[in-house]
Amino acid sequence: MSALRILVPIKRVIDYAVKPRVNKMQTGVETAGVKHSMNPFDELSVEEAVQIREKQRAPGGVEDICAISAGPPKAVDVLRTAMAMGADRGIHVELAEGEELEPLTVAKMLRVAVEQQKSNLVVLGKQSIDDDAGQTGQMLAGLLEWPQATQASKVEFGEGDSVTVTREVDGGVETIRARLPMVVTTDLRLNEPRYANLPNIMKAKRKKLDKTTLEKLGVENKRRLKVIKVTEPPPRQGGAKVEDVGGLVSRLKELGAL
Amino acid sequence: MFSAVAQSLKGSHRLLSRGSVGRRNHLSRLLSTLAILEQHNGQLNHTSLGTFNAAKKLGGTIHGLVAGSNASVAAREAAKVEGIDTILAIDNEAYEKGLPEVFAHLLVANIKKGNYTHVISAHTTFGKNVMPRVSALLDVQQISDVTAINDEKTFVRPIYAGNAITTVESSDTIKILTIRGTAFAPEDIGKGSAVVSPGVDPKPQSTSEWLSEHLTKSDRPDLATATKVVSGGRGLRSKEDFDAIMFPLADALGAAVGASRAAVDSGYADNSLQVGQTGKVVAPQLYLAVGISGAIQHLAGMKDSKVIAAINKDADAPIFQVADVGLHGDLFKVVPEMVEKIKQS
Repeated sequence: MSALRILVPIKRVIDYAVKPRVNKMQTGVETAGVKHSMNPFDELSVEEAVQIREKQRAPGGVEDICAISAGPPKAVDVLRTAMAMGADRGIHVELAEGEELEPLTVAKMLRVAVEQQKSNLVVLGKQSIDDDAGQTGQMLAGLLEWPQATQASKVEFGEGDSVTVTREVDGGVETIRARLPMVVTTDLRLNEPRYANLPNIMKAKRKKLDKTTLEKLGVENKRRLKVIKVTEPPPRQGGAKVEDVGGLVSRLKELGAL
Repeated sequence: MFSAVAQSLKGSHRLLSRGSVGRRNHLSRLLSTLAILEQHNGQLNHTSLGTFNAAKKLGGTIHGLVAGSNASVAAREAAKVEGIDTILAIDNEAYEKGLPEVFAHLLVANIKKGNYTHVISAHTTFGKNVMPRVSALLDVQQISDVTAINDEKTFVRPIYAGNAITTVESSDTIKILTIRGTAFAPEDIGKGSAVVSPGVDPKPQSTSEWLSEHLTKSDRPDLATATKVVSGGRGLRSKEDFDAIMFPLADALGAAVGASRAAVDSGYADNSLQVGQTGKVVAPQLYLAVGISGAIQHLAGMKDSKVIAAINKDADAPIFQVADVGLHGDLFKVVPEMVEKIKQS
């Protein structure tokens, strides 16, 4: 089996515990001064790549784990986190503050990165918790004409470059098999991401971090979707509390829910 | 030359209704939507008929597409939906499991042949898996999980776990959408008579292989489409308690059972029952949250429910801020009492 060269795309997003606020101009969500961190599904991707190496799950071994992120200067923080978790190196595709890429552009950028890094396995999160699009992994697989396994909850490696993946689907799970090179997107049940400890955070500072730009990668940030407006969802008015079960049942009847 | 033009329009409603073109405005003449239907061994997945609902909001010609071992059987059923022109049926076992490597090529071939301006799939496991691959092959920026269609190029979708709603305008020549099922009700099977026609089958080679599936069996209503949902959270304490408390409640109400991520992660309930940003999105008439605190990721999956009720022992739980009716109490006492009350009434 080929040695794995794993590419792990990661995204810096508003922390999952923060309730986002729409800005006054209704052009987007307030990001200034808001806590950001690595997209939670991307943590699963990094963890999976590191576990494949640590647990020697792939017969051909793991030759390289490279994390890549496109974003403003602060995206370096999430790349350092990935390296502290065990990625060997990072690539920062520098964007201007506030510049955003659509999933198709990210997929095109990753295709170039895959070719340059000679990756044979790309592990991505199933969606980013900001845009909730859930597209990049599938788009990348399509552009590369590689097989894809989305929403993975288990990844196993066999002889002859075969990869068996259990996927979370509506109503249960399904298992598929494909061959490297391939694209996998991670679901919640795949693993439990580790916390980077202080020695590893210190070590990560010495790991290699390359910087590049979309231009150098030959990718144009062409936007197909124009944001007309962003609004808060209509607020829900919490109703009054009831005292007992009788009150609950009769109130639900009044509301026509029972 | 005329025959070449006719050939390129073959199968399209535009040619069939040439006489009426003058009457229609040029937009509806140009609009043509391909709605992707899901099936399992010839059995049409009725919730995927929500794609027809969305297509009707766009106007123009509507075609459906269904592929798999016995796709024609499902196609004949879908053909009864009123207002649909053609159902493309591709009978080929290769497409039965919806493997994206083959299904994407199938869709691309049919989209190119039919010159569709819009392609719509449900935002299901299948749609999420296949449509972005199709979009990339066609060099289109897909619009995921659409909850409203303003016009033929302007669409509304939730972002940030439903904490913001964005309206976007697409400049792509083909608009590829996945739609949120709870926002577009399935069209009824009526007395329509769409033409069932064999679609293009490019017979692509699969680079992946389907091995097995393990689906949770349940006699209760399907979570995604149920009119009532009872959902349990961390407050249930164990799988035994979850089953003992939630199942009788669900059965008394005729409701589907859901769960919070905490309940699923703790092993109280199956993964497929998870309601939230990363699980199912539901919008039933009644959503009863039992022992669920109401984290934003959970609210993302249920806050469009008509009536939300909550039972929680923590009076300050965020769920009470969105619940129409809240009962502060111990679920282990309250829920069995509620089951009794419902049975009596």
